[in-house]
Amino acid sequence: MLDLVPLWAAILALAVFMYVLLDGFDLGVGMVFLLRRDPHDRDMMINSVAPVWDFNETWLILGGGGLLAVFPLAFAIIVPAVYFPILFMLLGLIFRGVAFEFREVVGARKWLWDSAFGYGSLVATFSQGIVLGMFMQGFPITGRVFSGTSWDWVAPFPLLVGVGLVFGYALQGTTWLVLKTEGDLQAWGRRMARVALVGVIAFILLISIWTPLKDARIAARWFDFPASLAFAPVPVLTALLAWTLWSSLAKGREVVPFLCSIGLFFLAFTGLVISLWPFIAPPSVTLWDASAAPLSQQFLLIGTMFLLPIIVLYVIWSYWVFRGKVRGDMGYHG
Amino acid sequence: MEFDAVLLSRFQFAWVVAFHILLPAFTVGLSCFIATLEFNWWITKRDVYRRLSAFWLKIFAVSFGMGVVSGIVMPFQFGTNWSRFSDAAANVIGPLMGYEVLTAFFLEAAFLGVLLFGRKLVPQWAHVMSAIFVASGTVISSFWILAVNSWMQTPQGHRILPDGRFEVVSFFDVIFTPSFPYRLGHTVSAFLVTAAFVILGVGAMYVLQRRALEESRVMLKMSLIFLVIMVPIQMVIGDMHGLNTLKHQPVKIAAMEGLWETGSRVPANLFAIPDQEAETNHFEIAIPVLGSIYLTHDPNGTVQGLKAFPREDRPPVAVVFFAFHIMVGIAILMFLLVLSGIVLFARGRLEQSRTWLRCATLGMPLGFIAVIAGWTTTEAGRQPWTVYGILRTRDSVTPSLTAANVGLSWLLYVLAYLVIFGAGFTLLRRLVRVGPSEASQGQDSDELQPEKRSARPLSALSGRGAVAGGKDVEPPPRP
Repeated sequence: MLDLVPLWAAILALAVFMYVLLDGFDLGVGMVFLLRRDPHDRDMMINSVAPVWDFNETWLILGGGGLLAVFPLAFAIIVPAVYFPILFMLLGLIFRGVAFEFREVVGARKWLWDSAFGYGSLVATFSQGIVLGMFMQGFPITGRVFSGTSWDWVAPFPLLVGVGLVFGYALQGTTWLVLKTEGDLQAWGRRMARVALVGVIAFILLISIWTPLKDARIAARWFDFPASLAFAPVPVLTALLAWTLWSSLAKGREVVPFLCSIGLFFLAFTGLVISLWPFIAPPSVTLWDASAAPLSQQFLLIGTMFLLPIIVLYVIWSYWVFRGKVRGDMGYHG
Repeated sequence: MEFDAVLLSRFQFAWVVAFHILLPAFTVGLSCFIATLEFNWWITKRDVYRRLSAFWLKIFAVSFGMGVVSGIVMPFQFGTNWSRFSDAAANVIGPLMGYEVLTAFFLEAAFLGVLLFGRKLVPQWAHVMSAIFVASGTVISSFWILAVNSWMQTPQGHRILPDGRFEVVSFFDVIFTPSFPYRLGHTVSAFLVTAAFVILGVGAMYVLQRRALEESRVMLKMSLIFLVIMVPIQMVIGDMHGLNTLKHQPVKIAAMEGLWETGSRVPANLFAIPDQEAETNHFEIAIPVLGSIYLTHDPNGTVQGLKAFPREDRPPVAVVFFAFHIMVGIAILMFLLVLSGIVLFARGRLEQSRTWLRCATLGMPLGFIAVIAGWTTTEAGRQPWTVYGILRTRDSVTPSLTAANVGLSWLLYVLAYLVIFGAGFTLLRRLVRVGPSEASQGQDSDELQPEKRSARPLSALSGRGAVAGGKDVEPPPRP
């Protein structure tokens, strides 16, 4: 029987990566939204993500639901370990999600829902960063259950990764604004993108130094010759992309910064996979340990193989409909 | 009653799912209504359909947003609070939930943007199709999630591994469990009826206020004709679902009826206060033999009482009993309301009957209450099991949780939901009060302000002109 685990790991990795890219930019727009006071610009910022945010967030459910379906043991260990970060993430997503619609209703307290949008995005992003940090740090496991406490996430490393992801999503959000807006707002987006880029680089360095110091296995994976030669391109390409991003902002390019930001996320993601493979609930549960029964994986795979390409097609169409610069008259619900 | 992590997790789950279910209960039906309106407008070109669709779309957008975000909470609850259940049952329920995401959520989400914002950006047929896709998405989603729920109620198609986990033998059997067709039919028609009562109530309210008359007549007529067919059908499906439950979950039926003793010719308890400890009812008002007649369709039919089941296998009787009776009571109210409505309508006196219009306005929340009551009946009636008869609720909870953890998270969910749903309700009421014609007029004038349009020349990136059909360079004409 064909081993579906690597294929499923790839599909799930794709779902998580798509989520980080897509909801990354709309959460990022939500966070930098807090720093921009002009009401018209705020409308433009929200309008630039309003038609697509719901779809972007669906990748999170695919990631979560997919983990439950395909690697259930990992789901049953990881999710309880980050009980409170997940709670905060969900509450943040709730407040920012309803704000899209609530702020548009006649007579709504717009300032209130604007704050809900901004702070909700911030809380959700920070919490996701904590989850990522916990994931890199690993979980105490006894038998088939998580044996730590619900407060293990209150530790320097997960909190640090939380802040790092805030800068990461802010970079996605600001480069998105450069792509989708014009004039003052775009110029401001460029300045903010530089700030975010500096933050991202700083945190990538910090995390890259901290992780191998803390985890001997990861250190071995990174520095053991000759395997390390294969991974050497990751830091080199990261530096190259960061430089391209910086200079393209200076040159007034509109598309390149967003693409570079996506590239940076891709490299960081690759780095994560290199470091942790084949563990899905580090330090002891591998993809194969956590795997669902073969029949369940096959059953879901048949549909996924048909549906995922169709989804990609209609999603491209939907993005195509809303392509170009965001406009103030993109009338609400016309 | 001890407030441990299990009980508090149940309260938390009940809290988040009860609020969440209100939204699908509304948006499934409303999206179908909007798709119908869009289709009618496309075919007949009557402008009233476009105005109605634009009006209900705003309401739909707010409700759907609330439904999406409160829905994201649900799959994570499985992991945060019920990780043992997730680990044990994932082989069965995981793929079904995966299919829900792939076949329903992406479909809804991708076409929702086009439906809400794209009327001017895509040709009309594409906009109509978007409405239909969003409506289909909501129904497909109901299919999968009710398949999961039905398997938890009447599990089959699996085998149990030595370590207690479930493994699927046949996915066909897992999806099409004995209770699934009835549950699906009963729930989806409840959702449609719920939305139709809101539409009916809004139409009746406008007629009472003598405004938006053309829109209101369409709303009243469409929803009344729909309801006069659907409410009786719903009652028949409900009866069939009841027979099915009697066969597969007899203890749930005994709790619904507040029936302690097994026997034939059992009475129907109209009112009672069930006492779980003393195994009896207080203040019982009952009609003899009626219970056997409607439960078994035979006056001599035997129905098992609660005492036929071990104490530790009985659900919380009072909760199930009252929830069921509220649901049935509302069904009767609904039936009377639509029956009198259709009689008045046939005589052409509907718009003059202020009493009926007032009743219909007050009837707006009926469907929601019935949905919550019905959901409580079936879910509380499944207790003390998560997977009926196999996996107990207390063996399903996450082991690392303390009562304080869950108490804190529940408190935060309570506060957040009160704010969000309170605000959402207020804003939805305001949208209804603003009304259809005013709302869409305001918007049209807003959209025609030229200075808000992009002054940027069309480029490859901002070349919106090609949208309408891929050939013309000019922006599509605005209606």
